[in-house]
Amino acid sequence: MIRVEVNGEERQFEGDPDMPLLWYLHDLLELTGTKFGCGMGLCGACTVHLDGAATRSCTIPMKRAEGKSVVTIEGLHIPGDHPVQQAWREMNVPQCGYCQSGQIMQAAALLRDKPKPTDADIDEAMQGNICRCGTYQRIRAAIKSAAGVRA
Amino acid sequence: MFGAGALVLGSQILPVRAKASTTNAAWSPSLFLGVDTDGTVTIIAHRSEMGTGIRTSLPMVVADELGADWNRVKVQQALGDESFGSQDTDGSCSIRDFYDQMREVGASARLMLERAAASKWSVPASECKAVNHAVSHAGSGRSVGFGELVALAAAQPVPRKEELHLISPAEFRYIGKGVPLVDLEALTTGKGMFAMDARMPGMVFASIERPPVLGGKVNSVDDSGARKVTGVSGIVSIPTFKPPHGFQPLGGVAVIADNTWSAMQGRRKLKIDWDLGPNAAFDSVSFRKAMVETSHAPQKVLRDVGNVDQEFAKGGKVIEADYYTPLLAHVPMEPPAAVAEFKDGKCVVYAATQSPVDLQNSVAAGLGIDKKDVTCHVTLLGGGFGRKSKPDFAVEAAMLSKTVGKPVKVVWSREDDVRFDYYHSTAAMYMKAQLDHSGKPTAWLQRSVFPPIGSTFAPNTTYGDEGEMAMGWTDVPFEIPNHRAENGPAEAHVRIGWLRSVANVYHAFAVQSFVNELATAAGRDPIDYFLELLGEPRKFDPHPGGKPFGNYGKSLENYPWDTGRLRRVVETVRDQSGWGKKKTLGFAAHRSFLTYVAVVAEVDVNDRGQVRIPRVHMAIDCGQVIHPDRVKAQFEGAAVFGTSIAMLGEITASDGRVKQSNFDSYPVARIHESPIETHVHIVASNEPPTGVGEPGVPPMAPAICNAIFAGTGTRIRELPVKKTKLV
Repeated sequence: MIRVEVNGEERQFEGDPDMPLLWYLHDLLELTGTKFGCGMGLCGACTVHLDGAATRSCTIPMKRAEGKSVVTIEGLHIPGDHPVQQAWREMNVPQCGYCQSGQIMQAAALLRDKPKPTDADIDEAMQGNICRCGTYQRIRAAIKSAAGVRA
Repeated sequence: MFGAGALVLGSQILPVRAKASTTNAAWSPSLFLGVDTDGTVTIIAHRSEMGTGIRTSLPMVVADELGADWNRVKVQQALGDESFGSQDTDGSCSIRDFYDQMREVGASARLMLERAAASKWSVPASECKAVNHAVSHAGSGRSVGFGELVALAAAQPVPRKEELHLISPAEFRYIGKGVPLVDLEALTTGKGMFAMDARMPGMVFASIERPPVLGGKVNSVDDSGARKVTGVSGIVSIPTFKPPHGFQPLGGVAVIADNTWSAMQGRRKLKIDWDLGPNAAFDSVSFRKAMVETSHAPQKVLRDVGNVDQEFAKGGKVIEADYYTPLLAHVPMEPPAAVAEFKDGKCVVYAATQSPVDLQNSVAAGLGIDKKDVTCHVTLLGGGFGRKSKPDFAVEAAMLSKTVGKPVKVVWSREDDVRFDYYHSTAAMYMKAQLDHSGKPTAWLQRSVFPPIGSTFAPNTTYGDEGEMAMGWTDVPFEIPNHRAENGPAEAHVRIGWLRSVANVYHAFAVQSFVNELATAAGRDPIDYFLELLGEPRKFDPHPGGKPFGNYGKSLENYPWDTGRLRRVVETVRDQSGWGKKKTLGFAAHRSFLTYVAVVAEVDVNDRGQVRIPRVHMAIDCGQVIHPDRVKAQFEGAAVFGTSIAMLGEITASDGRVKQSNFDSYPVARIHESPIETHVHIVASNEPPTGVGEPGVPPMAPAICNAIFAGTGTRIRELPVKKTKLV
């Protein structure tokens, strides 16, 4: 049995310890805000915070989540008004929106580590998160807005 | 049953009572609209939301005409239903095909509300006006909310079209200005419901091993290992399609399990012996050689002005070039997914589909039932780009549900998505021009070869159809006395389908690169040269007196090919981009989906050959603008999509198998590889609205490649750019 905390709630998992955290969250807990995009940690759609660090949940087997704290998009802020989420709405970032949970989780982690990120910081932190609709320009602007730095 | 062109104002032709797929409101003045006694207005979004904002923009048009307060409007997604007219959300046509109709839907209900208030107050209807969710009477100052008028309005006769009066542009509160996206909250909190997130009670999950080569069949399967995987409950074969493949499943072996992961794990343990079939001989390298050879010989003539052969025979300065673009995959961020339940002879599907009616037809055919017995719920789409117009994945789910007797969710892995796409076609284009002493072309020959989309629907189709050829090939608008456009044959060995902006991608790459090459040969500024070839503003008819030009399904009379509008966007982008002040700028301009776009891209190539794109300027004329922010967003996105095509995208195959599989082998542009700033300059226009989803894509690759040439002297004639060493 694997114990894991998800969005502040203690959980117990008794399935295959090799099951990636993504599928535990998405299929078993029905926390569907965390998205499947590639299964190989290449696109960032499944990004969650694992003990505070932005992590690709599709490549973290449950056994490596043992004893850890997971925060998903649903738990980032209740009722969903984290400064990054507010900035995303201010800039009308989403197009299809599928990647945006991962983008927001990645950006929130970036701003916690670097409250005033430079363009290079943004490039480095966000380049693992693909947006096929191409909202990058607004993602960059929204991060700067949330950080209170001039775009 | 009504066609899209019939201008179905639901309220005019259809029963006043709501059908199953419309709103459940107390009063349904049309198929698209319901009003409740509490004043809530429910507007049906009948097109699919894949990121364009159409679920906001079209309902916003209804609300504006109705005089509704957007804050009291609910948007409800339509089921698949032919009564709505076309729901096939592609071809950049949602606004241009439905703007007028949505206005009439709103205007009709508004008139009924105004007449209801007039009867209540016993005053002439002409003195009553609906504004901001209430009808008021100017003479007496009385006012009554929409909700209170529901019963009286429902008793009003449905107005005839001639009775309707549309509000004037000065009265627009939302049209041309925009409202917040209806899905903005959901999409920033993880609550958006995509097909990947859909569930039905008792649902099981399927992962499918498909034939590695198009048309391959299962000889035998050893599923003993798969059955031992925890959570796996069954193995089901799916028959290979009977040609043409159309939207049928590819076939293969499905592993059924109680979650996605277990289904994928079980699938890995399958041991399948395949009969690969004739497409196993397909090799993209030799295929390319054959296409190029075809492009070097005379082919089918599609447009012929003057006499190119005679002019070339005279001799002169000749410029020739071969351009090549590879197969491309769509890779929407959400891979194809659908949930289906077949029960009691009927099927209910939840799918990320651009075309719910095609889905109904295809699922019905796959199950052998009537299409009226297929209910299609359209979820949000995690990207579409044309891939999700093809409902093969939903047919898989439906067929599996029929076999296992439970709702089945089919999830494509990214590898499935990349290996089994309906690929954007590969193309070889040969260009030849002869220049006079001033550098102007006196003859221009262009010849393209590509496996056409038609091959998906009729095997052995090898030539592009009018739709494909009219996408930037037969409508090159230059004034050249001798001009010929040809198309040669190529056979498809993978599924070919439409991708965002379709044949315009390769046609614009060849034409816009070649005209840049000619400008260079003539020693001229590329924009000056382009404008000179474009000539005086005129309405251009590619086939005067001949069979009508495709023109994206619209007549040239109503949607002329206006070279003046192209000129205007070119001049705008020139003036806005700082053209002439920097060396590393590249230009391209192209009309597609009736919209005129000119691009200047700034490209930096460092001493290691790495490319960055600091700035892109796009000037666009898409006629009347309905939702300016979403229009800009589409062009910002197109700049990135076009960058992926220019720099990175390439599908190759050997032994009939696609070699790429995920974002490592099929990369798309990431934040640091994309244009850092894209400035969208909308040229004001009172012309009817035209497409915005696709037209930003085609000029991007040639603009980038022309910029690379300007900066480095290296001419790119083959995409993606990553194939060429730049330093």
